[in-house]
Amino acid sequence: MRVAILGASHGMGRAVARELVERGDQVFVLGIEPHELERTAADLQARSPSHAPVGHALCDLGDPSTFAPALAAAQADLGDVECVVVTAAIFATQEAMEADVGRAEALLRLDFTNTVVFCEHARKILLARGGGTLCVFSSVAGDRGRKPVILYGAAKAGLSYYLEALDHKFHAQGLRVVTVKPGFVKTGMTAGLRPPPFAGEPTAVARRVVGAIDRGSPVVYAPAIWRWVMLVIRWLPRFVMRKIGF
Amino acid sequence: MAMRDPQPETLAGWGNVPVPGHERLSEDLERASVGAVLSRGLGRAYGDSALPPPSEREVLGTRLADRILAFDPETGRIRAEAGLSLFELNRLFLRRGFFTPVTPGTQFVTLGGMVAADVHGKNHHVGGCFGSDHVRRLRLRVADGRIVECGPDLEPELFYATCGGMGLTGHILEVEVELKKIPSPWIWGESRRIANIDDFLASLKDFSARYPYVVGWIDCLSRGRKMGRGLLDGGRWATAEESAGRPLPRTPRLTVPFNFPGWVLNDVTARAFNFLWYWKHQPRERRGLRHPDGFFYPLDMVLHWNRIYGRRGFTQYQCVIPEAAGAEGVRRFLELLTGRGGASFLCVIKDCGPEAKGLLSFPMPGISIALDIAVTPRTQALVDALNEQVIADGGRIYLAKDTFTRAADFRRMEPRLAEFAAIRDRWDPERKIRSHQSVRLFGDPE
Repeated sequence: MRVAILGASHGMGRAVARELVERGDQVFVLGIEPHELERTAADLQARSPSHAPVGHALCDLGDPSTFAPALAAAQADLGDVECVVVTAAIFATQEAMEADVGRAEALLRLDFTNTVVFCEHARKILLARGGGTLCVFSSVAGDRGRKPVILYGAAKAGLSYYLEALDHKFHAQGLRVVTVKPGFVKTGMTAGLRPPPFAGEPTAVARRVVGAIDRGSPVVYAPAIWRWVMLVIRWLPRFVMRKIGF
Repeated sequence: MAMRDPQPETLAGWGNVPVPGHERLSEDLERASVGAVLSRGLGRAYGDSALPPPSEREVLGTRLADRILAFDPETGRIRAEAGLSLFELNRLFLRRGFFTPVTPGTQFVTLGGMVAADVHGKNHHVGGCFGSDHVRRLRLRVADGRIVECGPDLEPELFYATCGGMGLTGHILEVEVELKKIPSPWIWGESRRIANIDDFLASLKDFSARYPYVVGWIDCLSRGRKMGRGLLDGGRWATAEESAGRPLPRTPRLTVPFNFPGWVLNDVTARAFNFLWYWKHQPRERRGLRHPDGFFYPLDMVLHWNRIYGRRGFTQYQCVIPEAAGAEGVRRFLELLTGRGGASFLCVIKDCGPEAKGLLSFPMPGISIALDIAVTPRTQALVDALNEQVIADGGRIYLAKDTFTRAADFRRMEPRLAEFAAIRDRWDPERKIRSHQSVRLFGDPE
C-alpha cells in the first residue's frame, strides 16, 4: 500500500507510519518542521525491511496553501496515493483555552476547519483514482460534550460528523473513510497529563488503526475498550454530566 | 480523555522505593533538556539513580525520543535518539542479523541508560562494557546549555566520564554504536547444575573459556557443603547450520498486575523457589538451541515482576569481588550473606573481565554477585556489612543497583571519584545536573 501521512513526525502519526513501513508498505511523510521530517524519514527507512528511502514534504496544518503542493509531492514520490492518514492536530487544555481565547481560536481552526480542508484535498485525489482510504484521527472527546474538553471536543465532534457524512456520500464511489477515535494514548501530546484508566500505548493503538485501514472499518475506537466507555458516557443523563468532573 | 490532575506525587526506581517527583516525557530531547536536572530512561535502575534530587521534582523522561537516525546495513553502525529501547532494537534487528555488542539482563532499557550505567552483560569477559567499549559517538547537552559531540577520539575525557557516569555529566541526546553481525538469531547454549561454590568458580572459568556469554544463578539460601550450589549457563550464537533457518517465535509474556502483599515473598517461599529452580534443571547438563529472549532476558518474561516484593519495595545489591580476593573472598561473602539470613529470591554470579575505560564503570576483574533483597528495617545493616567486606577485599558496588550504600563507604571503594569530580568541575561546576543518588553518594548539593 502507498500511504501519505500528515503528522508522522510525532506521537500517533509516528507509530502508524512505523507499523506500515515495518510490514513493507511505502509511506510519504508530511509535516511542519524540516528537521523533524528528515529525522522521521531516516527512522522509517531504518525500520523498512527493504531499507528503501522515505520521502517527505512540508505541510503546515496552520496554512492551507501548503496542502495541495504537499499532496502533489506525495503523488509524485509514491507514483500513486492509495491511502491518506491524518494524525496532525494541536492540543491545549480547557483551562488554557478559557484563559486565552486566541489559543481556542487556533485550536478550532486547525483541528476542525483546516483538517476538513485538508481532507477535502485528499478526498478529491482519492476519488480521482477511483477510490482509496482516508483515515483521520478524531477523538473520543467528540462523542459527548464534557467539562474538561469543551473546545477540543467540539472541534473533534465537528470533524467526526464531517467524516461520517463523507462516508455516507462517497462509499459507493470507493472512498473508505476510517474515523479513529483514540481514548487517552501516552504520547508527547498528552505528556504532563495524568493517564486515566485504560490509557493506551502508541504501538498497540497503531496496530489497531492499521487493521482498521486494511478492513475499511468506518469507526475505530482505540484502545478498544473506549467504545464501551463512551457508550456509557453517551447514555449518562444530563444531571449526571453536570455533577461529575469528566 | 485529558484529566489535568496534579502530577502523580512520587517516582521510584525498579526497586519501588519512591521519592517525591515525576517525569516529564518529551519526544524532543534537544529542547526539553535545557535546564533539566536529570534524564531518565525506562526507570530500570533499581535504586535512586534516575530520581530527582530532594530539592527538585521533575526529571526528563526520554523514552518517547526513540527514532533511529541512521543505520548502515554494511557495518551495523546505528545512530539513534537516546530513548530508543533495547527491546525495540532487538525486535527490529535480531531477525536482520544484528545484535547489540553488549546487553544487560533486561531489554527494557534505553540506549541512553545503557551508556549512563555503562552496562555489562554475560559477555563481559570478552565483550567489555556497552558504552566505553562500543559506543562511537554521543551527543550531549551539557550543564551550561551547549551541545557537545564526544567519542573515544573526540573530547575523550568527557566521553569516558559519561560512560558509567550515571547521567551526571550531561543529558545524553543521541547514541551511535556498532551492532554485531550474528550468524543466526538463535543461541546455542549449554547449562549445568553445580553442587557447591568451589565447583561453581571452577566451572565459571571453564565456561568462560569456551563461551562468549556466561552467567550463573546461585541458591544463596543453601549453606554448609551445599553453599553456593546453582545453575550455570553458557552460550554463543548458533551457526546458520545449527539453527537451520528456524524462525524466531514471539515470546509470550505474563504480567504481575498489582503489588503482591508483603508476606508472599518470605524465607520459606524464597527457599521453595530456589529449591524447585535448582532441581527443575534435569538432566544435570543440557545442550541445544535456545531462544535469545529466554537466554538473555529470563526475567523479562514476567512484566512488572518487581511487584512481587509488594509495597515495601526491594533493592539489588551487586558487587564485584576482585580476583585478588580469590575463591576465599567469594566464600567469605556468601558466608556473611547466608549467616545474616539475607534471603535472596534471586542471586546471579558472573566472571568479569578487565576494567573498562569508563571512569566510573562498575566491572573489574573478579567475580560479580547480584542479589535481590526485600526492603526491611534490617536492610541498611545488611548492606553496610556487605559493603564492609567488599571494601576490605578491594571491590566495589554497581551504582545502577544501589539504594542503601553510605557516602563514606562509597568513597572508600571508589578511588576514581576525585577524577570524576574534577571532570564535572570542568563541565558542571555548579552541579546543575544531579540525581537523588548523586546527592546521597557524591556529595552534590540538595
